[in-house]
Amino acid sequence: MDKRLERILPRVQKPARYVGGEYNAVMKDLSGVDTRIAFCFPDTYEIGMSNLGMRILYGVMNNMDGVWCERVYAPWGDMEQEMRRAGMPLFALESGDPITKFDIVAFSVGYEMAFPSILNMLDLADIPIHSAERRELTPLVIAGGTAMYNAEPIADFIDLVSLGEGEEITVELVELHRQARREGWTKAEFLRRAARLPGIYVPSLYEVNYNDDGTVCEIIPHDGAPRVVTKRIVRDMDKSYFPVKTIVPSTEIVQDRIMLELFRGCIRGCRFCQAGYVYRPVRNRSWDLCAKYGVEACNDSGYQEVTLSSLSTSDYPPLTELCDELEEFCAQRHVNLSLPSLRADNFSMNLMQRLARGRKTGLTFAPEAGTQRLRDVINKNVTLEELLRSCHTAFAGGYNAVKLYFMLGLPTETDEDVLGIADIAARVMHEWREAAPNKNRGVRITVSTSWFVPKPHTAFQWEPQITREEYERRVKLLREAIRTKTVTYNWHDSATSVIEAVLARGDRKLCKVLETVWRKGATLDAWEEYFSYERWQEAFAECGVDPAFYANRRREKDEIMPWSMISSGVTEAYLWREYERSRAAVTTPDCRTHCNGCGANLLVGGKCDV
Amino acid sequence: MSKLRLLFVKEKQASYISHLDLIRTFQRAFPRTDLEIKHSQGYHPHPIMSIVLPLPVGQSSDCELLDFEVTQDTDGSGIVEHLNTGMPNGLRVLECYEARRPIRELVYLRAIVELEYDNGVPEGAVGQLRELFARQNLVIQKRTKRKELADVDIAPMIRRIELTEGEGLIRTDVTVQAQNPGLNPQLLGKAIERYLPELTPDFIRVRRTAILDAEEKDFR
Repeated sequence: MDKRLERILPRVQKPARYVGGEYNAVMKDLSGVDTRIAFCFPDTYEIGMSNLGMRILYGVMNNMDGVWCERVYAPWGDMEQEMRRAGMPLFALESGDPITKFDIVAFSVGYEMAFPSILNMLDLADIPIHSAERRELTPLVIAGGTAMYNAEPIADFIDLVSLGEGEEITVELVELHRQARREGWTKAEFLRRAARLPGIYVPSLYEVNYNDDGTVCEIIPHDGAPRVVTKRIVRDMDKSYFPVKTIVPSTEIVQDRIMLELFRGCIRGCRFCQAGYVYRPVRNRSWDLCAKYGVEACNDSGYQEVTLSSLSTSDYPPLTELCDELEEFCAQRHVNLSLPSLRADNFSMNLMQRLARGRKTGLTFAPEAGTQRLRDVINKNVTLEELLRSCHTAFAGGYNAVKLYFMLGLPTETDEDVLGIADIAARVMHEWREAAPNKNRGVRITVSTSWFVPKPHTAFQWEPQITREEYERRVKLLREAIRTKTVTYNWHDSATSVIEAVLARGDRKLCKVLETVWRKGATLDAWEEYFSYERWQEAFAECGVDPAFYANRRREKDEIMPWSMISSGVTEAYLWREYERSRAAVTTPDCRTHCNGCGANLLVGGKCDV
Repeated sequence: MSKLRLLFVKEKQASYISHLDLIRTFQRAFPRTDLEIKHSQGYHPHPIMSIVLPLPVGQSSDCELLDFEVTQDTDGSGIVEHLNTGMPNGLRVLECYEARRPIRELVYLRAIVELEYDNGVPEGAVGQLRELFARQNLVIQKRTKRKELADVDIAPMIRRIELTEGEGLIRTDVTVQAQNPGLNPQLLGKAIERYLPELTPDFIRVRRTAILDAEEKDFR
């Protein structure tokens, strides 16, 4: 072990995060390795290790001959301070080697608030933060992940973006980089060639010009780069790689269990949900294969909990078959199955009871909005009756805690909609009185609201976010309307959501802001401990950028979106149609009921497997 | 039903695994064996196992013990190999056997404490430290469970101590009381800091090398 590291570790919290050596961490003999990849997650070990996408791509890359992919996470503040004091650069967990020794530095970026951490990690690694300052072919700095459907705010810092699911494109890209090094291409030559790979977006090959009002006037691709880059997907989930042998952390992480991915995409079409649009189309994995992976992964890792993962697990058609198949194994091995999220309209109490196997903790539902009108606007096709019926069954079955998630600030929201949330809580309370077999145990109803952030590639990408004052007024309104002591109300801190709204639909003018805010000390801004709204305000002011331009402005139909060179497969015409239907509070049926023609079906050759 | 005991090594990266995480790591390794670990009763059944004398985070050890019960009758043979296929780097099970001796017979532990001096070992340091550790009283401040500072005399807890000078370090081979109360060998550094601050080492590395009974024979 590095001597500096050994000296530092006794002084930092949770040192096990920084040493590697976990079961199933991939070690390779450097004599057989010609491509070293530092796979970075711009957040802590506990968060990054909980990311299934990273585990998949770690396996995919390490299955390549001559390629060694290692993990890198952002150090917590105490560790960063110690590293900087000791002059110790950012290192990879497997070998302990500094990142500068690597050929490719790849970031998995799932959320906008991680942007400052990317800059900080590059700096900690002693890598120049600007793409233009890095003139050599190595280290190549690339990024992927959901937040990269709009990579413009970090366009100056990364060399290229890999769009969509990475199983295939990552291999193609790594091979191209290997060829480039072997044949001595320049970085510019490599980037030109990479831009021709489907799914690769090279920001430096696109010239963006702006109108006087700050909106995008034109986006001009250069050097043969495509006008539109479409995301990549894996067509057949039964053939896609699943990490059966996966790293078992020696210290507790957020998702400390087997994540069994049942399907990708979502049939629902909630208009606010970026994941619901950009992961289209739906592709199911066969239930018998899921069961096999689940058993093998438990056997190898020793985990005793499996989460049945997807965007909406109760929509998996053979969910009962899968649970039946796993039942005996789970009983014998003391393995629990868990569901990440429930829909109030089709969740089966019977199934829940079986999964819980005697434990009855809480249930969580996300009605998202307080009135039927507003739920129709956002196309969350769940009715109050369905929610109450589900709660009734749950209470009758012995559950005594329900969590309800809502968003404030949804398009067209009125005070009536806000107060509707309190009304729902009261009615759920009423159901408990009607249904609970034993009222002595009491009931806990938790209402949580977050602040709606309009995201690119959704039907609400044209919508403004309400102002901070207005959001806080609505929180207060709801707080005063919830009077019962049994109902706990939690609301999301407002400042982060403002910045998230700015970054989510930002353009390249925000690169300067990001650099400024990072130089002022922003690092792990997804964490309340480190986030500072004042710091962001200073950065906006110094860069002459008005955050309201990005967060609080309604876009016109003909406005060119900063991310319009990126396609998730869902057409902009479809999104606009959904936007117009939302204005009229008209719902759209789910994909299983009938195809609404979003365009993502073309990614799988015309017909989706819903 | 059998009561079994594991003897294992904890070193390298694994020396940073905390006590609770170590238990979790073993819990995940046990399904690799055919043994059915006795589980607690109640809503959240968990396998019952206990680590004897938990090692402070950051220290290494050649002789850690873990006790557990299984529902089968077994002498534990053959399970070491199974367990070792699922271990993080630095964690290695050496033996598994029936737990016969009660833990209260574990009286001393022996450790190598390396006192590192980045600018070389100061002149005469070994002699001064020998004298220090030969004192009748060595009072240091220690945090109690209530997070208050309390004075503790560690001299009676040191059974024997031997110091030798090496390259840039002093090697201390120390035998201390293991429990009721036990002494963390790392605290020798605290005593130096208090009585001979100019000899405070730049870094202290601890490795547990033996656990002993009252006769100073290996406890198993």
